[in-house]
Amino acid sequence: MNMPVNKTTKQRKKRRGRTGDVLHRLSKNKVAMLGLFIILVLVFISVFADVLFDYEAQIIATNVPERLMAPCWEHPFGTDDMGRDMLVRILYGARYSLAIGAVAVLIALVFGVVLGAIAGYYGGIVEEVIMRCTDIFASVPYMLMAIVIVSVLGSSAVNLMIAVGVTSIPGFVRITRASVLTVRNQEYLEAARAIGRPNVSIIFRHVLPNCLSPIIVQVTLRIASAIISASGLSFLGLGVPKPSPEWGSLLSAGRGFMRDYGYLTLFPGLTIMITVLAFNLLGDGLRDALDPKLKKR
Amino acid sequence: MYQYALKRLAMIIPVILGVSLMIFIAMDLAPGTAVDYLAPEGATEEDLMMLEHQLGLDQPLLVRYANYMTDLVRGSLGTSYVSHRDVMATYLNALPNTLALAAASILVAIGISLPLGMISAVHNGSIRDNLAMVFALLGLSMPNFWVGLLLIIYLSNGLGWFPSGGFDDGLRSLILPAITAGTGFTATITRTTRSSMLDVLGQDYLRTARAKGVNERTVIRKHALKNALIPIITISGTQLGAMLGGSVLTETVFSWPGIGRLIVDSVNSRDTPMVTGSIVMTTIIVSLLLLAVDLLYAVVDPRLRARYASKGKG
Repeated sequence: MNMPVNKTTKQRKKRRGRTGDVLHRLSKNKVAMLGLFIILVLVFISVFADVLFDYEAQIIATNVPERLMAPCWEHPFGTDDMGRDMLVRILYGARYSLAIGAVAVLIALVFGVVLGAIAGYYGGIVEEVIMRCTDIFASVPYMLMAIVIVSVLGSSAVNLMIAVGVTSIPGFVRITRASVLTVRNQEYLEAARAIGRPNVSIIFRHVLPNCLSPIIVQVTLRIASAIISASGLSFLGLGVPKPSPEWGSLLSAGRGFMRDYGYLTLFPGLTIMITVLAFNLLGDGLRDALDPKLKKR
Repeated sequence: MYQYALKRLAMIIPVILGVSLMIFIAMDLAPGTAVDYLAPEGATEEDLMMLEHQLGLDQPLLVRYANYMTDLVRGSLGTSYVSHRDVMATYLNALPNTLALAAASILVAIGISLPLGMISAVHNGSIRDNLAMVFALLGLSMPNFWVGLLLIIYLSNGLGWFPSGGFDDGLRSLILPAITAGTGFTATITRTTRSSMLDVLGQDYLRTARAKGVNERTVIRKHALKNALIPIITISGTQLGAMLGGSVLTETVFSWPGIGRLIVDSVNSRDTPMVTGSIVMTTIIVSLLLLAVDLLYAVVDPRLRARYASKGKG
């Protein structure tokens, strides 16, 4: 009696394909979906920030009579020392943090994956050179490295992206290499070589697509840590210059009023936490969806 | 095993060369020099030239690097452009503060995360497990320095339990910085402990132990935890390394005079010898630490001891 039912579910599963399978498992994970939802809302706010808010009037103009108002109905997150609404500034600031996180990870992804794939695929002296350089590079604590890079290039959003991106490269090199190593000696690669495909095409068409899972998970989790690192550098004054409401610089500005106006410190940090949490939730969900065997661990 | 350790120690030499060259070039490319920082207002062009000459900044980069390396081989990290003090002495003066901070935060982190991770794994899927995991995930998602700011606002300014900075108050002034620096660390170790314990809990030898009548408490504490330790040690080692370099934010929030502050201040004043020396020293310490962690595996796991030994022969 059960046979036909089983057969149809099997067929349906087959039609969905591997990517569909992963997405299906992910969509069943409510916590990961919550993370994705928060990320989408933040992306929406970032993209349309200039439509939603008036940069001149709401973000940088000063309104002294309303300065340092505690959270109230009109200003749910209060106002800062220039009388600007904190909620609006924090929402506007989402675009800096998201852009910095995304671009930084993109930089790390491109360099890290290419170097890692070359090291893992070719092996031998090439691998040795790339991995030893990675080791040297990674042995400098990343925060110190990032501080030096930003000081060299000067404080700006773009340089912050570069600094955080460059310091995240070693992680991607190692992960990509490790996962390329697991497929390097498989027969289908030998087959591809046997029919004379060039190495570059083998790497991009046959090797990397089979190494994507750990890289995708790494991307999501790295965006989370990149946002935290970037806010830290901004807090040290090495980031987006004022009056841009980047979250780290909001915290740094709030620090001066910490004794009496704690909410200036509370809300920007809370926003960073929720954003990073969303990426972490999605990353954990993706890991479970991509590798169901690992689930329940 | 000794050969393995020696090989790893030898790796530190190219690391020193690479890192010092990297920092040297970076500091050279940075806009401005220590001269701009040191020059008094209204200094003439001639004064600037003289100052530049005094610091040796009028020489080409490679000559300066070669001089630096000659000094380094002799065991000297040079003198600061700004304070004119010995770099090594200044660094060693700040190091104990950072080490104390790192040690305290690790104590806090392990004290919370080991039991939490074990409870979580043993009661897998329970409310307690879920609560612990939410706690860990939140800890992982908070910028550490923000935790520090909140602690100052509520526990120090609000309730007045702890000083808000400096370290004149002995142990009491160490508590908030330790919690701050340890937040992410606590979260990471809790998660690692849980997943590592879950791996071990499914193993046959635990069933054997229970079957021969060992009580549950001993099974968990002796048989399971011991075998779950390796990933926990790995993560702890790398995190301790990250903490030595990453303590700069905690040190800034709590005006803690450690190496993080030292490096940021020296970068700002373009004090190349101080920056290079401090980063090279920190890198060496972190590398040694990671080596120590690797060797610690052998202590925990006799199987690895045997493998290192055979590698050493071959």
